[in-house]
Amino acid sequence: MRWCRPTVADMALATRAVPRPSTLATLWRSTIGKKTVMAVTGVVMLLFLVAHMLGNLKIFFGAGDYNAYASWLRTIGEPALHHGWFLWIMRVGLVASVAGHVVSAWQLSRRDLAARPTAYVHRRPRASYATRTMRWGGVILALFIVWHILDLTTLTVNPRAEPGHPYENVVADFHNWYADVIYLVAMLALGLHIRHGFRSAAQTLGAVTRRGDRAFRIAGNVLALVLTAGFVAVPVSVMTGVLN
Amino acid sequence: MRLTLRIWRQPGPDADGAMTTYEVDGIAPEMSFLEMLDTLNERLITEGEDPVAFDHDCREGICGACGMVINGRAHGPERTTTCQLHMRHFADGDTVDVEPWRAAAFPVVRDLVVDRSAFDRIIGAGGYVTVPTGSAPEAHATPVPKPAADTAFEHAECIGCGACVAACPNGSAMLFTSAKVVHLNVLPQGAPERESRVLDMVGQMDAEGFGGCTNTGECAVACPKGIPLPSIAAMNREFLRAARKAPR
Ligand code: HEM
Ligand code: FES
Repeated sequence: MRWCRPTVADMALATRAVPRPSTLATLWRSTIGKKTVMAVTGVVMLLFLVAHMLGNLKIFFGAGDYNAYASWLRTIGEPALHHGWFLWIMRVGLVASVAGHVVSAWQLSRRDLAARPTAYVHRRPRASYATRTMRWGGVILALFIVWHILDLTTLTVNPRAEPGHPYENVVADFHNWYADVIYLVAMLALGLHIRHGFRSAAQTLGAVTRRGDRAFRIAGNVLALVLTAGFVAVPVSVMTGVLN
Repeated sequence: MRLTLRIWRQPGPDADGAMTTYEVDGIAPEMSFLEMLDTLNERLITEGEDPVAFDHDCREGICGACGMVINGRAHGPERTTTCQLHMRHFADGDTVDVEPWRAAAFPVVRDLVVDRSAFDRIIGAGGYVTVPTGSAPEAHATPVPKPAADTAFEHAECIGCGACVAACPNGSAMLFTSAKVVHLNVLPQGAPERESRVLDMVGQMDAEGFGGCTNTGECAVACPKGIPLPSIAAMNREFLRAARKAPR
C-alpha cells in the first residue's frame, strides 16, 4: 500500500531546487498540454475545412467557374509568393496539424486505457455516440485523408485523372459507387468528430464557462451539420444527376 | 424488502477477486446502503465468514470515505454519497451489483476498499495556501469579492470521494483536481501560489497515473457535490496561463 507520508521536502515552499521546465516542455509532458495540442491542431483543421467546404460549393456554378477557382488558388499571394506556393504552405501546415493531432491522440489514448485497466462488471451505456467514437472515427478520418489525397490531389486513384480539370475529375469520381460510399461514411465520421470535438476543444483551451457552455455545444452541432451537409452535397448531386 | 447482491470480493491487493452473490432479506426502505451492507455483514460474521470490507466514516455525506460503484454508477442511482443513498431507491427483488472504484491510481486494498492516497499526494503538491501561523488574521485585512467567495465555497464542497475518477472511462482525476485548484486560485489568499499550485497539482495528478480528460462529462454527473464540468475548463485556463508564465 502506498500511504501518503509527507516529508519536510514535500512541504518546502517557494524554493525549488530544480528550475521549472520551459513552457513547451511543461505542455508536452502534461496531459493538459497534449490535449491543448489536439485542440489547437483540431481548430486549425476545422478552419481549413470550413474554407474547403465553401470552395467545393463553387462546383454548382459549373465547370468554368470551378476550374478557374482551382487555378486561382495557385495564384494566391502572387507576386510576393511564387505560383503555387500558397498551397504548399497550407499543405505543410496541415500535415503538421494532422501529425500533432494524431501523435497526441495516440499517446493520450494509450495513457487513458492504462488508467482504467479493469472494466466494471456491470456495464451501462456511457456518453454520447459522438463521444464514444472519437478514436475510431479519427482513424476513419486519417484513412480518408490518405485516400482523398490519392484521389483528387495526386489523381493516383482517380478514374479520369486529368490535371487542371478538377470539375471533370470530381464528377467522374462520384459516378463510382465505392467513391460515394467512402466519401459519405467519412463525412458522417467528420460530423460526429466535430460534434464532440468543438466543445471539447473549447473546454481544453479554457474557453468554456458555466454560462457559455450551451453556446459551445450548439455551435459545435451547427458546425458539424453545416460541414457534413456542405461536403456531402457534391457526391449526392452527382449521384442524383444534378451535376454532370 | 429482499435483494440479491453481487459484490466484488477480493481478499487482498494482489489476490484475485470475483463477484459473489448474497441474498439479503429484511431490508427497510429507510436504511442507507451502508446499513444494508451492515445487515449483511452481521449475518456473515455470525456464519463465520469474512465481512465485506468497505470504507466509511461520517455516514452523513461529508467525509468522502464511502464510495462504491452500484449498478455501474459511482455512489448508485442518486446524486449523493453511498452513505446517504437510501434503500427506497431500490425495488423488492432487485439484483444489485456492487464493485470498488476502478482506476489504476486507486488500487484495490480489499473487497470494496481502494487506496485513494493518490488524492492526498495531489493535495500535498499544492492544495493549500501558505499562511503565517500565530493569531487569527484580522477578518477585514483581505477583502474577498462575493462572487469569488461563492465560487470558492462551491468548489470547497468537494469531499475527495473519488466518484469522478470511478465514473470516468479514462480514470481521470481532472474534476477533483480542478475543484481544488479553482477553490484556492479564485481567492486572494491563494494568489501568491496561483501558478505553482496548478502546475504542481497537475504534475502530481499525471504522475499518479490518472488518465486524461476526453470531456465525456461522466465525472460531473457522478459527483455527489455537483462540481460542474466547466470547472475543468477553468483549471485548463489556469494551467495554460501558468505554463505561459513558466514561473520558478
Ligand atoms: C487524422 C485523423 C484524426 C484522428 C486520429 C483524430 C483523433 C482524435 C481524438 C482521439 C480526439 C480526442 C477525443 C476526445 O477527447 O474524446 C480528437 C479530438 C479532436 N479532433 Fe480529431 N482526429 C483526427 C482528425 C481530425 C480532423 C480532420 C479534425 C478537424 C475538424 C479534428 C478535430 C478535432 C477536434 C477539434 C478535437 C477536440 C480536441 C480537444 O478535445 O481539445 N480531428 N481527435
Ligand atoms: S461515510 Fe462520509 S461521506 Fe459517506
